[in-house]
Amino acid sequence: MKRLAREPRVVFGAVVLLALVVAAAAAPWLAPHDPLEQDLLNAFQAPAWKGGDPTHLLGTDSLGRDILSRLVYGARPALVVAFVAALCAGLLGTALGLAAGYFGGRADAAISRLVDVWMSFPSVLLCIVLAAVLGAGLHTVIIAIIVIDWTRFCRVVRAETLVQKGQDYVASALAIGLAPARIVAAEILPNVAPLLLTLFTLEMGIAIVVEAILSFVGLSVASGAPTWGGLIQEGRLYVNQAWWLMALPMACIIIAVLGLNALGDGLRSVLDPVRTR
Amino acid sequence: MSALLDIDGLDLRLDGGTRLLRGVSLRVEAGRIVGLVGESGAGKTMVSRCVLGIAPANARVAGGAIRFDGRDITHVPEDERRHLLGRDIGFIPQNPMTALNPVARIEPQVTDVLRMHLGLTREAARARALELLAEVHLREPQRVLRQYPHELSGGMRQRVLIAAAFACRPRLVIADEPTTALDVTVQKQILRLIRELQARFGTAILFVTHDFGVVAKLCDSVAVMHGGRVLETAPTASLLTQPRHPYTRALLAATPRFDRPAETLQPIPAALTRELADEVRELDAALP
Repeated sequence: MKRLAREPRVVFGAVVLLALVVAAAAAPWLAPHDPLEQDLLNAFQAPAWKGGDPTHLLGTDSLGRDILSRLVYGARPALVVAFVAALCAGLLGTALGLAAGYFGGRADAAISRLVDVWMSFPSVLLCIVLAAVLGAGLHTVIIAIIVIDWTRFCRVVRAETLVQKGQDYVASALAIGLAPARIVAAEILPNVAPLLLTLFTLEMGIAIVVEAILSFVGLSVASGAPTWGGLIQEGRLYVNQAWWLMALPMACIIIAVLGLNALGDGLRSVLDPVRTR
Repeated sequence: MSALLDIDGLDLRLDGGTRLLRGVSLRVEAGRIVGLVGESGAGKTMVSRCVLGIAPANARVAGGAIRFDGRDITHVPEDERRHLLGRDIGFIPQNPMTALNPVARIEPQVTDVLRMHLGLTREAARARALELLAEVHLREPQRVLRQYPHELSGGMRQRVLIAAAFACRPRLVIADEPTTALDVTVQKQILRLIRELQARFGTAILFVTHDFGVVAKLCDSVAVMHGGRVLETAPTASLLTQPRHPYTRALLAATPRFDRPAETLQPIPAALTRELADEVRELDAALP
């Protein structure tokens, strides 16, 4: 724990993640206004630092909705997508990667070829096809990310499993007669775990970006409900009059992704038992 | 009397056809220590791995048989083999630095084998593990159980591994160069420990090594390997004093001894190596 607290990347990432979680969980209390409440008389208010109305700290949009409130509420879909999609993609990819790496032979050939073929599909196209089939919505975004990104976990976990399988401690485990399932779960998985944690946080960052892209093109939650991608899309129309409409949600995305990446990277270097010695 | 471990004409080949072992025959009687000696690449480790059934994935046994206690275990199904390993056949690996799982504490690495084969509960296995660690002369066994491998020295780790190998009182222990990765002072203690446990439990040991000094101290008989073949098998005393095979003689002449000056050390003659390689080639040509 002490080593974690001393690693600046971990501290920065943890603060960002905590802020995200708090914003998403406590949005109704944190947000100064209803994110959907329109006030056409007060449209295009400048942020407070540019001399705008201090009740709208970050100004208002074309319909007079409070930007700060919309950004806070926007953390909800971002976080849900990031967490659920990264978790499911991770579970699927890790299970297949462990199987391919440990059992080798035909299982490996089948899974590896599947990953190769899978990765050769253009992912954006796959997303759009999925959205067309499933309809727009948060679940579509989550499923699209799982369907596309499990391969990332699968590849890395397979490679690491191959490395771990060649280690002497696995031979020792085999030599006392442990069952393969036991060896994978109790011997190999814990040794792959630091890598998984890193991949997971990186994947959360990627998922936030993908969610933003999909809501930018209107494939995420119904329009009107605040998402960061949706805010960027709305702000794009008025970028000449009110640049902050677009810049603020972009800043949210950038900080969130940077934080998650830093967290993943920092965790890996702290948790790696070889590097810390 | 039939031997506890009876390896009979074992052939091991890579999928590509390359031969790793060429008709290796070797017997280990119950309660005896048999040394398996040879240069790097002679196939010593392959023999031990075949007995444990952990030969490389791309190698397969092409001929011959491995019998344990009269039962052919060459092609026994995996789950049956698992009942044998750890309980009847123990294994002491070569490098204690890598043979323990780096992210697990010592406790499960000693108790796994007890719980798996003897069906002990967690508490019973822990109590037994404490006795086992005391048996291999580790101080503060309670503390060791809670530690991670990187907190222990090489000698301590090898003691842990020996404790695990002898945990179920196996009838046969396969020791694959158990002292090679340790420094000289620790080597001696480890050898003494193996000898002590062997004498107490009457365990048979297949001791793989390249060190004739170890063989002289420990083994009842010795097999000399080269190029995947066993060239000579003899009781230790007669092999050391009257080696029959020219390769054994050359190997002994290349072994440092305290009673001879270092200058008398002879490298293995190139002509002999060539001759052996030719023999192997003829042998391979004669076989399918």
